[in-house]
Amino acid sequence: MASDLFCTDLVRRFGDHTAVDRVSLDVPAGTFFSILGPSGCGKTTLLRLLAGFDRPDSGEIQIRGARMNDVPPNKRPVNMVFQHLALFPTMSVGDNIGYGLRRQKVPAAERTRKIARVLEQVGLPGLEDRNPQQLSGGQRQRVALARCLVLEPTLLLLDEPLGALDLKLREQMKVELKHLQKAFGTTFVYITHDQSEAMVMSDQVAVMRQGRFDQVAAPETLYRNPATPFVAGFVGDNNRLSGDVISVDGDLVRLRLQSGEEVAGRIAGEGIATGRRADLFIRPESLVMNGAVPDGYSRMQATVTTTLFDGANSRIEAGVADQTIFARLPQDGSVSNLSPDSAIQLGWDPQGATVFAGEPV
Amino acid sequence: MRSSASKLSLCLLMTPFVLWIVLLVLLPHLQMLRVSFHVRESWDTVTLGLEQYQNFFSESYYWRTFVRTGVMSLFTTFLTLVIAFPIAWYIAQLARGRAKGFLFLACLIPFWASELVRTYGWMILLRESGLFSTWLQALGLADGPVEMLYNDAAVIIGLVYNGLLFMVVPLVTTLDGMDENLVEAGYDLGGNHWTVLREIIVPWAMPGVVSGCIVVFMLTLGSYLTPILMGGKDSAWFTEQIFTQFITRFNWEQGAALGVLLLVLSSVIVWLGLRVTGQNLRKVMG
Repeated sequence: MASDLFCTDLVRRFGDHTAVDRVSLDVPAGTFFSILGPSGCGKTTLLRLLAGFDRPDSGEIQIRGARMNDVPPNKRPVNMVFQHLALFPTMSVGDNIGYGLRRQKVPAAERTRKIARVLEQVGLPGLEDRNPQQLSGGQRQRVALARCLVLEPTLLLLDEPLGALDLKLREQMKVELKHLQKAFGTTFVYITHDQSEAMVMSDQVAVMRQGRFDQVAAPETLYRNPATPFVAGFVGDNNRLSGDVISVDGDLVRLRLQSGEEVAGRIAGEGIATGRRADLFIRPESLVMNGAVPDGYSRMQATVTTTLFDGANSRIEAGVADQTIFARLPQDGSVSNLSPDSAIQLGWDPQGATVFAGEPV
Repeated sequence: MRSSASKLSLCLLMTPFVLWIVLLVLLPHLQMLRVSFHVRESWDTVTLGLEQYQNFFSESYYWRTFVRTGVMSLFTTFLTLVIAFPIAWYIAQLARGRAKGFLFLACLIPFWASELVRTYGWMILLRESGLFSTWLQALGLADGPVEMLYNDAAVIIGLVYNGLLFMVVPLVTTLDGMDENLVEAGYDLGGNHWTVLREIIVPWAMPGVVSGCIVVFMLTLGSYLTPILMGGKDSAWFTEQIFTQFITRFNWEQGAALGVLLLVLSSVIVWLGLRVTGQNLRKVMG
């Protein structure tokens, strides 16, 4: 598949601080690409480089094979949905959407037709004459999308547009954005600090930290095979157990925890050797409890601290030495009556746990 | 008990305001309006009539000065707006932190001196033996002394200078509240500098533009010192006519009529300005 956006070694520095540090990316046409990272990781700077509001210090930006470095934002086939939407408050909804069409010198009759059509596509038929201030948060969101999509850009950039919505609406808009992206077939580049948004909507997710991409992969790969301890900890819930490596056997490694327990996991990173420190990541839903632990599983003893009931997402919080670990409660109710301070045995398939070399202390 | 106390405090609060409006605004103007319809028949008999207004229309010097003052005031206001807008944009959107306060202060500093002193400052620069003239000669751009005072351009320079602050302040206030993403969105959706200015920035700044223009226009129309000191023989200002009638000629009836006409002119133009820009006073004055 041809790539809509292709960047090589992008660098952007502010004084001593390198906000974007040798980032390369390749987004195939018609896909939903997310850049996920904590605030301050440089993702907004990267997006502004793509939109043209800022110039990279080095590196190259190509959109459909054309070099974009020196093209101003109003000449790029790229549109952006801003974090606070930036709908023009002095214009009606129709004029907001028509603004870009007028710049393209689309005749008035066709403009009216296109505005009506795109409003219908985003589910707001007939709202041309409203003021943006009269709309609800979700409606404004759609107008901001329609304003960009009506121009049929090669690339649509979205800067955490769901951040301002309340939780329920956000869940709804997540699904809707994905559907809209499929319906329009436009390539979306979406930045967010919310891993759930990135996971639900994206075909590919780049996890960004300190100006660099830690890993670029499909959501499921990120979840199952994180490339770095940061990705393991940032994407989805994860438990982290620190210990010393006591033996390495093929792709499996055994660790001794501070509590003296010995546990096993799969080697996922470089630099693991006997005697070195390492971190084992195991997801709450990969843990099995008490009698259900099959043979061949790594197991350890823990003490229940408390039970956190949350429907399908109910968990227990347990302590192992001074580390806290969360385990998902089975849905069939097979484990119950876990009173605080009771002992519990936790087990997991070593292949389901990932081990990375410990960060130098 | 409680309601009577609140009524009393309301009365006390309103009293200075009402006194001010009635004594200093309403009464003098009503009196002026009445005097303007007086026709003096002999030294102690007065009848009502339209003679003063007839004089205004039949004496071309009056109404020509009147129209000239109106047109030049409009032009001055427009020029002030054009000069003040980039300044305000810079202060509101581009300057950061300390620079912002400093620039604002720099706009204010000239107003620590009186209008008279400010005008004399311009005269020092512009007169025949002034700085600009000397420089032009030194640079070889002029053969002899150049007189830049006593013409319409000099008057407009002085008036623009006097009005600048009153335009910059409301503009900075409105532009300050503008989300810079709006401008970026304007470019992002394909606009160039001109369309972003025309379609996004100016509509947003409209309340500030209109309120600045109203204040500057009224100040300019009613200004007295600057046109007198910097204008030439041919650049008479309408306020001079009023002064002449009241003080030199002691013809209060004619002076009052001219004063009323000036008030009508400024009211009509402000009203037209509001109508044309689709603003209303409440929105403009916040």
